[in-house]
Amino acid sequence: MTDVAVVGFSQAPHERRTSGTTNGVEMLVPIFREVFAATGLSKRDIGFWCSGSSDYLAGRAFSFISAIDALGAVPPITESHVEADAAWALYEAYLKIRTGEADTALVYGFGKSSAGDLRRILALQLDPYLVAPLWPDSVSIAGLQARLGIEAGLWSERDMAQVAMRSRRDAADNPAAQLAKSADVDELLAQPYLADPLRVHDCAPITDGAAVVVLANADRACNIVENPAWITGFEHRVDSGQLGGRDLTTSPSTSAAAKAAGADGVEVAELHAPFTHQELLLRAAIGLSDSVRINPSGGALAGNPMFAAGLTRIGEAATQIMRGTARKTLGHATSGPALQQNLICVMEGRA
Amino acid sequence: MVSVVEPLSAPLELSFAYTRSLGPTLGPFMTALAERRILGVRGSDGRVHVPPAEYDPVTAEPLTEFVEVADEGVVVSWTWLPAPLEGQPLQHPFGWALIRLDGADTCLLHAVDVAVPVDLCTGMRVRARWAPERTGHIRDIVCFEPADTPRAPVEPAAAVPPVAIVTTRVDLHFEHTASAQESSYLLGLQDGRLLAQRCPQCSKVYLPPRGACPSCGVPTEEQVELPDRGTVTTFCIVNVAFLGQHITPPYVGAYVLLHGADIAFLHLILGCAADEVRMGMRVEAVWRPRAEWGPALQNIDHFRPTGEPDAPYDTYAEHL
Amino acid sequence: MSKNRAAVLGTGQTHHRAKRGDVSMAGLCREAIDRAMADAKVDWADIDAVVVGKAPDLFEGVMMPELYLADALGAVGKPLLRVHTAGSVGGATAIVAASLIQSGVHQRVLAVAWEKQSESNAMWALSIPVPFSMPVHAGAGGYFAPHVRSYIRRSGAPAHIGSLVAVKDRLNGAKNPYAHLRQPDITFESVQASAMLWDPIRYDETCPSSDGACAIVLGDERAATAVDRPAWLHATAMRSEPTTFAGRDQVNPQAGRDAAAALWRQAGITDPLAEVDVAEIYVPFSWFEPMWLENLGFTPEGDGWKLTEAGATAMGGALPVNPSGGVLSSNPIGASGMLRFAEAAMQVMGRAGDHQVDGARTALGHAYGGGSQFFSMWVVGSERP
Repeated sequence: MTDVAVVGFSQAPHERRTSGTTNGVEMLVPIFREVFAATGLSKRDIGFWCSGSSDYLAGRAFSFISAIDALGAVPPITESHVEADAAWALYEAYLKIRTGEADTALVYGFGKSSAGDLRRILALQLDPYLVAPLWPDSVSIAGLQARLGIEAGLWSERDMAQVAMRSRRDAADNPAAQLAKSADVDELLAQPYLADPLRVHDCAPITDGAAVVVLANADRACNIVENPAWITGFEHRVDSGQLGGRDLTTSPSTSAAAKAAGADGVEVAELHAPFTHQELLLRAAIGLSDSVRINPSGGALAGNPMFAAGLTRIGEAATQIMRGTARKTLGHATSGPALQQNLICVMEGRA
Repeated sequence: MVSVVEPLSAPLELSFAYTRSLGPTLGPFMTALAERRILGVRGSDGRVHVPPAEYDPVTAEPLTEFVEVADEGVVVSWTWLPAPLEGQPLQHPFGWALIRLDGADTCLLHAVDVAVPVDLCTGMRVRARWAPERTGHIRDIVCFEPADTPRAPVEPAAAVPPVAIVTTRVDLHFEHTASAQESSYLLGLQDGRLLAQRCPQCSKVYLPPRGACPSCGVPTEEQVELPDRGTVTTFCIVNVAFLGQHITPPYVGAYVLLHGADIAFLHLILGCAADEVRMGMRVEAVWRPRAEWGPALQNIDHFRPTGEPDAPYDTYAEHL
Repeated sequence: MSKNRAAVLGTGQTHHRAKRGDVSMAGLCREAIDRAMADAKVDWADIDAVVVGKAPDLFEGVMMPELYLADALGAVGKPLLRVHTAGSVGGATAIVAASLIQSGVHQRVLAVAWEKQSESNAMWALSIPVPFSMPVHAGAGGYFAPHVRSYIRRSGAPAHIGSLVAVKDRLNGAKNPYAHLRQPDITFESVQASAMLWDPIRYDETCPSSDGACAIVLGDERAATAVDRPAWLHATAMRSEPTTFAGRDQVNPQAGRDAAAALWRQAGITDPLAEVDVAEIYVPFSWFEPMWLENLGFTPEGDGWKLTEAGATAMGGALPVNPSGGVLSSNPIGASGMLRFAEAAMQVMGRAGDHQVDGARTALGHAYGGGSQFFSMWVVGSERP
């Protein structure tokens, strides 16, 4: 089976509210152009296309179909779609290249979260008979999880505030970031609760955005970029759907995926943690030491484009290798309530 | 001509009452709720799951060994919601809690009704507040309240017939936005004009215009005004009546290719008997009274035959 | 470059009905899964990953329902992937599951596709008034019927072909214990007498709306050699094109033609009509049988109806099409494509029961979706490729 590498990444600016449509075309057209320019590829060169998006985020059935307009899919293309973060679309594309059916793949994700009430929409991911009819919002679910960890002594509100401060200050170097400033920890802790023990700074903002990643096989990758980010481990797992039956202070799916993907020795980890305590939880679940640089992009706390944020983490982690600033990195994506489903992509440079 | 307009947007409402059949695990649980009782199921590892798990998280086997548990238990975790959202159990500030009922090993998520967050803490005991009228639904439990709240006197609950289906509403609200290209087309319609756009690469003319040319993937910019006359490429006669229909069948839904357009769109053909409509028939728009116009294709009420000779098949064959 | 071999080890499906009021969504999925796992003689420990397919989440009012279903799908602690490619999704799901094996990642994968349409109303979910778009008030039939008219005009097909297909598929469905519509007494005359809903499409020439699920257990070469008569994958193909574009052929879409050409090439088939023994083709409106026969390259363009009229697509014909009764007999939207793929596998495994085509060795499974713009298909065979 051929090796597969990330050879291109582009993302739309993270914005609280864009004026575009929910089919993402306005966000996708410029980043396709950008990634084609950077890789020297054109749409005719792409062997497989795969996307991730959500009908519920857009408020209508088959919302992903119109996004195909952004591709210029004439003549027809080999294409697929996952109803999940595009990190899972990347996984499908990775398989396609490994089978030898495609040399290159273009993967994109998009979401216009500002079109609806995200906190309520995400309640529809919960058990539709027993839980969703109560409309527990996503921030409250995260609040329940955060308190469990605080009371178990795993993290504190101060630890959480430090994550927020570091993320938002790091985001100053990320031109796509939505939030890139932070007050000091003590000032953050003086703020009122949004969903006790979560404050506004503990929660990712609501973001419209899109991202695209290009993959290539061993034959093509080195001709496209100098330092391809070779995928050396790509794994994902899911935990039980019984929210009240899970230990919410751990993430067995993350731990299993990280172990299988060979996460040891990464220098940089881009973690898809929409809440501060989830970053702390994920670090423990993966077993990342204090020397690992976490979310130099600012992470989801600086901009969380639903259905593209996980793909964005992988793109950011790959960029560290393509730029030669790290040799081994990790991108993580999450999906579902309280980190139910998790994906780890480990990449290495060979320069 | 290049046009740049502020995109139009409008509310999009998603509202439906879903009817959910329950099956052998959830059915008895819902039935018991109607009787003010709470049932759990025993899992393969001996744990009692409340709310019930239909399938075991460890072995994936179906679970139907029911265990009745108390309607009172302990708060395992909580959070506070200062501003409740639509559809939530309480519409004044309240706490969400993971509650382990006495006799259960897993947690139920529900609302706890206390006045202020300091009244809520991990380890406190809470009890279900039952709805006076129960139907066999998770919302038969209105919320939980501190266990030391005096119990309101209640009639003993009678046994109810098995609950097989629950109804759950999903109401979501969106702001739907048109693309810039579509917006200029819609604003044109408001003035009785048909504004298409031409792709800068393949030169094809699209009405309605899209965010990008679907063949080339590039945004369209050049505006082209089209006449309100064209050709029926193909059609069907709608004989079926259905919910929300506002025209009495039979009527014709047809693809209309406007003169100068490279793509046809669906519209209604009236003004002749349905069985007189033909492929290739020349038609013209019949506009609604100007006072009713908005940014919508509905400004054209329908198309009607012009009486001109039919277009030869070859002139529209490539649009089928 | 060569990918690993993969095969179907077992299939399962639910009894499809307008409303399966006796089961939850999880129970519906499990009915198909349990049958597939029993057919494949595997246990949960044998399953490495689960791939789920379903049409829009709005049908059931659950966002990404596979998350809450993880326990019922036996996916806890395993990889779980959700595919959504409109009506072709059942086929696409099987193909993604196959790629998990062909890429050498896994040994055995469970693919599941389902739809519980009775939780809501598909007409509603598909016709929510989206601002700025004009409803034409015609429903799904109103979308496809004009293209059927175009086909008739182009091919010169006689008007009764659609009814021939409907009778054939419903009589086939009467032999399928899982079919939603089982109409052993249907006749050409009764179909012709049924209401003309969307002229040229009659009531009896349309598919029902069903609750149902389908599951397939796929395995690698080692897993396949351990079972009796697996269905080997000889080829898979997927293609997409936009719903509309200037010059698009909506009767004989290029995406379908390209997918079929790639499929036959991969399978080493040069004369599909001679080399394929049985085809399960996604035919939600009866006229789509001749249209897809042409699109798939079984006949030259314009000749598909001749095959149908000659009875070649009936049981006992040169190319039996939809011995299961097809989408015209059962249509749990998200599962309909996988049912085609599973039924094709059942034929070459010799496990199709009363609707078995004798001696079937090579079979086509086909699905399409959206406005005839998404295509997925596979060729399975009794012989190791």
